[in-house]
Amino acid sequence: MSFKAKFKRWFHSWASPKWFFEKSERWLPWLGVPALSLLAIGLVWGLIFAPEDYQQGNSFRIIYLHVPAAILSQSIFMMMAVAGAINLIWRIKLADMAAKHCAPIGASFAFIALATGAIWGKPTWGTWWVWDARLTSMLILLFLYLGVIALYSAIDNRETAGRSTAILSLVGLVNIPIIKYSVELWNTLHQPATFKLTEKPSMPAEMWVPLLIMVIGFYLFFGWILFKRMRAEVIEREFKAKWLQKKLIEN
Amino acid sequence: MAMHPKRKKRLIAVCLIVVTASAAIALILSALSSNINLFFSTTQIAQNEAPVEKRIRAGGMVLENSVKRDPNSLKIEFVLTDYANEVTVEYTGILPDLFREGQGIVVTGQLTPENVFVASEVLAKHDENYMPPEVADALEKSGHSDKIEQQ
Repeated sequence: MSFKAKFKRWFHSWASPKWFFEKSERWLPWLGVPALSLLAIGLVWGLIFAPEDYQQGNSFRIIYLHVPAAILSQSIFMMMAVAGAINLIWRIKLADMAAKHCAPIGASFAFIALATGAIWGKPTWGTWWVWDARLTSMLILLFLYLGVIALYSAIDNRETAGRSTAILSLVGLVNIPIIKYSVELWNTLHQPATFKLTEKPSMPAEMWVPLLIMVIGFYLFFGWILFKRMRAEVIEREFKAKWLQKKLIEN
Repeated sequence: MAMHPKRKKRLIAVCLIVVTASAAIALILSALSSNINLFFSTTQIAQNEAPVEKRIRAGGMVLENSVKRDPNSLKIEFVLTDYANEVTVEYTGILPDLFREGQGIVVTGQLTPENVFVASEVLAKHDENYMPPEVADALEKSGHSDKIEQQ
């Protein structure tokens, strides 16, 4: 079988909850173990061994939670919208399950980003909160997540719930570039990004390497939690299926 | 690969949702854009774009060697600048840790008719640069401290 045909087959298997349930069992340790190790390494490195900042002293260390949480909350929203679109267009159940479980995880990360930002803002800026464009658009992101969760649980019919929340997350997608460019389009209290794809980071390696480890750790952690939640969802939705009952009895 | 006509229709609908939502938000934001700015720059104040005797915010850099502290109280006076136009700021109270000359700040308060900004709150703006203290000292000594102070 050619590589293209193999890839096509693999790609199409994502439509099958059965395939996902069987395969993901083997993937879980490959996500969970590196996720927890990277988070442990990154936290110890960032919170203890990284040098302190020349202006902020030790309070800058909150960056090791704040930045990964903020990045993840936006990535997850994009993934939720894309999964929602796949569900809308191709009616793939697994995409609906992914979108549904992106919402609570993304909302938690958005909350962590806002809370750590406020804790950092008090000593650095002199205030917990200010209604500038970056902070406000980030708060809107949290509200969009809460809206998606509320809408999903308000509609009894699973298909209608999935499609309605997909539309809400597609509309909410507009907020992502607003968050990203808010610090450049308007004058804000929040500083511009330290990391840009095209430039060298405005931070030495001994500070950004642990941050990069934390970001990768957060992504893997998200994948791990998402797959765990999706597996639980497969059990809930397909509990009548013979293959699943057989599988559950085996374990 | 030909797409199923039903799916193609739904794909177009999804694209339309994203495009119209973006267009609507872009229009709203461009209409509100001056209100979304957190503060007035000192140039805007110099050009009388900021309202007088109303609670507003002003932002800029604290001009070097402009900070005057009253020895008997918490009163402080300094010049806020964007290196084109300047505004004098008066403030009584405790300053944030990052307040220093050459640092970006945002002040909340009222502009008097004499163009003095009476602040009730001073917030320090942090820039995107992070470095260990030794590196900052080395830059200072080699005369490259402008690298760490630019916003």
